[in-house]
Amino acid sequence: MLKALVIDPAKCTGCKQCEMACSYENEMEFNVSKSRIRVFDFHEEGKMVPYTCTQCAEAWCQQACPVNAITTDMASGVKIVNENVCVGCKVCTIACPFGTINYNASTGKVIKCDLCQGSPACADACPTAAITYQDIEQTGFDKMKQWAAIAGQGEATGAKAPVAKH
Amino acid sequence: MGWTGKILRIDLTNRTVKSEPLNKDWAQKYLGQRGLATKYLVEEVDAKVDPLGPDNKMIFATGPLTGTAASTGGRYSVITKGPLTNAIACSNSGGYWGAELKFAGWDMVILEGKASSPVYITIFDDKAEIRDGGEIWGTSVWHTDEWIKKRHQDPMIHVSGIGIAGEKQVLYSAIVNDLHRAAGRSGVGAVLGSKNVKAIAVRGTGGTKVRDGKAFLAATAAGKKVLQANGVTGAGLPTYGTQVLMNVINEAGAMPTRNSRDVQFEGAHDISAEAMATPRKTDGKPNLLTNQACFGCTIACGRISKIDETHFTIKNKPEYWKASGGLEYEAAWALGSNTGVKDLEALTYVNFICNEQGLDPISFGATVSAAMELYELGVLTKEMTGGLELNFGSAEALVKCVELTGKGEGFGKELGLGSARLTAKHGRPELSMASKGQEFPAYDGRGIQGIGLAYATSNRGGCHLRGYTISSEIFGIPEKTDPLSTVGKPGLVKAFQDATAAVDSSGLCVFTTFAWTLTDIAPQVDAAVDGGWTPEKMLEMGERIWNMERQFNNRAGFTAKDDSLPPRFLKEAAKTGPAKGLVSGLETMLPEYYALRGWTKDGVPTNETISRLGL
Repeated sequence: MLKALVIDPAKCTGCKQCEMACSYENEMEFNVSKSRIRVFDFHEEGKMVPYTCTQCAEAWCQQACPVNAITTDMASGVKIVNENVCVGCKVCTIACPFGTINYNASTGKVIKCDLCQGSPACADACPTAAITYQDIEQTGFDKMKQWAAIAGQGEATGAKAPVAKH
Repeated sequence: MGWTGKILRIDLTNRTVKSEPLNKDWAQKYLGQRGLATKYLVEEVDAKVDPLGPDNKMIFATGPLTGTAASTGGRYSVITKGPLTNAIACSNSGGYWGAELKFAGWDMVILEGKASSPVYITIFDDKAEIRDGGEIWGTSVWHTDEWIKKRHQDPMIHVSGIGIAGEKQVLYSAIVNDLHRAAGRSGVGAVLGSKNVKAIAVRGTGGTKVRDGKAFLAATAAGKKVLQANGVTGAGLPTYGTQVLMNVINEAGAMPTRNSRDVQFEGAHDISAEAMATPRKTDGKPNLLTNQACFGCTIACGRISKIDETHFTIKNKPEYWKASGGLEYEAAWALGSNTGVKDLEALTYVNFICNEQGLDPISFGATVSAAMELYELGVLTKEMTGGLELNFGSAEALVKCVELTGKGEGFGKELGLGSARLTAKHGRPELSMASKGQEFPAYDGRGIQGIGLAYATSNRGGCHLRGYTISSEIFGIPEKTDPLSTVGKPGLVKAFQDATAAVDSSGLCVFTTFAWTLTDIAPQVDAAVDGGWTPEKMLEMGERIWNMERQFNNRAGFTAKDDSLPPRFLKEAAKTGPAKGLVSGLETMLPEYYALRGWTKDGVPTNETISRLGL
């Protein structure tokens, strides 16, 4: 089953454990500047929102890359940067409309979320389940459920169907 | 590893910046943050120095766990000599600034001397610069934060600095970082103002490493589970914030009310956590929007609030219609219970102003309540207050007071002296509810006997965080003791003081101690740094730090007579509640405390104690 990160901003407290988990997983140090996932503080509205690459099916970064350094992992659908091929031209960072692929000055290559080979560190680290890793075809499940609960309130219309006698 | 190994020394007089290696021997004995910075301060600064003069130094210090994935690993402390108390000042803050300083590659920043004109400091990775602060001097913390980020075109800069109150040297002005987290007490803001420094802006693109990554991840993961399972850190604090205490402490009969004349407040429920979560009658929305965490914190006790736009305090001020830091228990107590004001929206506005201009709400609220008692007695008159009618319970008066004090104007200049100097000025020093000149926080020493001793013996003046015996006396953490009894309290206070000094030196938040003991903390520290850190080593270090602070204060001129409480606590019994009829048993507890500490009857560490602790 393909999976994707699901973000519930209402649960995010801005603790940055996701940023630290991501940077530690990739760089062996706690360095939020190198995190592939970032938390944004909309402090005037009192909202915190994590954001990262959404693994586009038709990815701008992949199509823009002049040396075909970005490939699709067939098993997971994840777009992966091949550091041996990447030349650091940064055209992908211009092409991506979401800003989720960025240049790493320490390596001269670009970095993006690669879902940690199927065990995303950010989802593991998040203390409030603001980031979860779920069935890619059911990412709306929790939200649908909340609205289903509202629809399911109140009296049933019409009589209940009688139990068939056999 | 853990530490960056570098400290930044800034000479403001000569406008030079210098990188220095961290003293590794001292780091082994004092760990970081509170302990280590205090060691630097006591070695480099004469205890008799004028706190607001150029020879005082200020240290902004992180701990080895600051900027790591340890839960709550984001704290830093500001250590200096405090102008409110003339004792050691050691003020702890959260937010994101401390982690950023570590990412920039620095364990601490030492400020020396005084700049000849207003400046702000930028620390961008290994490059530190002293810059002209003329455009931001005279503006608020919030304006300064926005200006600096815009000026340097970097929204990821974190700023720690003062508002107008610190510039005007209000004696309890605070240093605020990330808009609404603060190094609040003892007037550290005034020290920064006296050095003509508006703010320190940090941006770090590096990372923190730890000694043993595998052990560190295991120890911190185990710690997080403990925090999550605990009722206070896993449920009470994230849901209600520190305001979870308002109704609890009121019912315990230990809520200082109207300048501590009473021990219970009839309006407590109106300004409690529950009230913050209840939809308002005016607009159907609750005061509380959401909770928020500091860097690395999995507790998330912070409050984010939005004031009713039609409320008298902000109805013509759209700049305050935005969400910002909401009421903590201490602020709600000081601004509300202690002044008798029970208007939640008004308290939230006053708290906003305290953050915007950098004021300690505890000392501010307690000073206003002392002024209200003086006004009630006719000692302060309307002529003297510039027309302010300082009646207990008046939200209008409280609001005008914070607006004036935030800018150091009018009667705000008088309030800015703090309750000890204000009451003394009018011949009524006994009406200042303070120890060593620093106003007590939100617990009454008659209703909670141990905290009374803790207030009197705190090295930084009246403070609950130096030794939060409420954990034991009210919450039973780690063991329940009787709040109304003095028995065993000297030992309890010493134990909390020593353990807390250790926690305050690690980079972690003291709130973890509702769930963690040093047994949970030591493995995290040990995996991060060299040195074999066991719970025993940490506790001994805590005792060492406590005695080092005490020695500094003794050299500054403090004696046993300063380990005191005002006459109201010693002679006027609590009028209602479980503590009805009780006064503080300080005089019973103090001699036993000195003995347990290994001090003389005059409160001086003996030679035996000094050599045992390696001081």
